[in-house]
Amino acid sequence: MIAVLAAATKVDLAVFAVSAVIVMAGAFGVVFSRNPVHSALMLVMTLFGVAVLFVAQEAHFLAVVQVIVYAGAIVVLFLFVIMLLGVDQEENVAAERLRGQRPAAMALGGLMFFLVLLLAQATNWATGTPSARGAASGPGENVEKLGRSIFTTFLLPFEVTAVLLVIAVVGAVVLVRRSPSLPEEGDAEDEAAPEPRGQRRDEEVPA
Amino acid sequence: MTVDGSWYLILAALLFTVGAIGLLIRRNVLVMFMCVELMLNAVNLTLVTFARMLDDIGGQVAVFFVLVVAAAEVVVGLGIIVSIFRRRVGATADDLHILKG
Repeated sequence: MIAVLAAATKVDLAVFAVSAVIVMAGAFGVVFSRNPVHSALMLVMTLFGVAVLFVAQEAHFLAVVQVIVYAGAIVVLFLFVIMLLGVDQEENVAAERLRGQRPAAMALGGLMFFLVLLLAQATNWATGTPSARGAASGPGENVEKLGRSIFTTFLLPFEVTAVLLVIAVVGAVVLVRRSPSLPEEGDAEDEAAPEPRGQRRDEEVPA
Repeated sequence: MTVDGSWYLILAALLFTVGAIGLLIRRNVLVMFMCVELMLNAVNLTLVTFARMLDDIGGQVAVFFVLVVAAAEVVVGLGIIVSIFRRRVGATADDLHILKG
């Protein structure tokens, strides 16, 4: 029995270590890729790693939703927009517009990391109050417990998210719709902009 | 049995930091948006970890709602990005300088 537990710990440790490496590699890939398409694919890698960590913590439903919604839908949406805008050319990551902005960002990020760790370590946040929403462990499936909680305790927020999704759909349609009455504007003040890539520049009348 | 929750929290903090730094140093709007997704995922990982550590299903419910809101946010945000950059060249945040005096 002891040997089985020790083996389980080793396997869990290995799963955690490998997924942590995958997650961090994907995150660095998102930040440091020159091509936005590569960034999106690296984002998929990170999302899969996080899904594995969800499984390791017995959040099975969330792991599946993570893969379907994030890796399946959201990243595909990103790729659609990248292709639609035609911005998949490489960006010069090394070029720095604001002097000293990048080291300052790195320093601030590191400072934030250590402050978060300090904050998490300084106080014991768990008060020991028993949960009002039910235990995560115990008998029964994860999906069952999650569903029971959502459809009883969190029923009103759940229905509000439905309204939110409808608003998002309508908003996206309104935002992206081309209105035929408005003339194409916005090119006039672009004189200082870099070399155009789009095809709309062809029909532009020189001022 | 499982790995101690503190390691998950440290990993989540690291992921959040990388996302924040990426948001600050990248200029492509789409990549900045992806960095926001990284930060959201770090917070989701934290919530799931606390759900396990405190034995409370409420953390997982919170992640569920974060997923829904993130999906809505991505749809609206990408709609805004498309409608801005359809009429302008370039897709970096530096190209948005209409308000510059």
